[in-house]
Amino acid sequence: MTEKAFVLGCSAIGAGLAMIAGIGPGIGEGYAVGKTIEAIARQPEAQGDCTRTMFIGVAMAESTGIYAFVVALILLFANPFLGKL
Amino acid sequence: MNGIGDGPKIVFELFDGKIQITETVVMGWLIIVAVTLLCLWFTKDLKKVPEKKRQVLAEMFVNFINNMVRQNMGEKLMYYSPYIGALLISAILGALISMIGLRPMTADINVTAAWAVLTFILITYHKIKANGFGGYLKGFAKPVAFILPLNIISEVATPASMAFRLFGNVAGGMVITGLLYGALGALSSALHLSFEVGSWGFSVFQVGIPAVLSIYFDLFSGCIQAYIFSMLTMVNVGAAAEES
Repeated sequence: MTEKAFVLGCSAIGAGLAMIAGIGPGIGEGYAVGKTIEAIARQPEAQGDCTRTMFIGVAMAESTGIYAFVVALILLFANPFLGKL
Repeated sequence: MNGIGDGPKIVFELFDGKIQITETVVMGWLIIVAVTLLCLWFTKDLKKVPEKKRQVLAEMFVNFINNMVRQNMGEKLMYYSPYIGALLISAILGALISMIGLRPMTADINVTAAWAVLTFILITYHKIKANGFGGYLKGFAKPVAFILPLNIISEVATPASMAFRLFGNVAGGMVITGLLYGALGALSSALHLSFEVGSWGFSVFQVGIPAVLSIYFDLFSGCIQAYIFSMLTMVNVGAAAEES
């Protein structure tokens, strides 16, 4: 196997492993939405405020998933290891 | 499927290749022209009691920004309101320009990193102004002395995370819509549903379906992340100016 093929193969595996980090935001955001629904059920007039704050919280919790996505994108499309071969 | 994740292309070069103007810079110019035209249009014939819808819209937007700044930064820092407004509009338009088919401006890490560096400079400036230079350095050792490296890391991590959050969301949306578009084109070719009219190619599945999904990835995600970026800027600078 040539060096380039090996590096590219490992980068593909690495990109796949990086996206395992998608579990975290999924669980966390689901939990946050659940709590928001509880709050709305308790006080239906606060629906607008609750929903807006939920979106802000969800966008913040999404960050670590996005970092993993950026790492996967870099490995797939802008691979820094090929230049060092 | 080849050019989907590439960086911005170089549009032209100045001074024999020493300065390269990329797509990002050209999009920035387009946004500057668009915002200037919008501002000129909205502020025509202002009256004390608004008569036309466009003055009401303009006042709604300015009140929105002013309230956000007052709530998060306090009365003393109200002079940041134009900066936050400009940041919010640039970030929103930078992501929305992908609706026209051009490469979004905030899908370039340089743009978001520049804004994050600005935020970092503002935070440091306000911390030094509130506590003095010695107080700023001592502030890293609060509340316990051995937390010092963690405090330094979190100081650097805040603007870095802001930059990566905005960049990752917009660039990720760009890649996903590009892949979806390509996949639908391949699907149409496999089912023999793509036609060539002269020199234009046309695939049946490529009409309409990417637009529905790009409502979430480009429109919703871009706008919310732009709002989060400005909100984080306001909260961090407000907190830095208040510490003592």
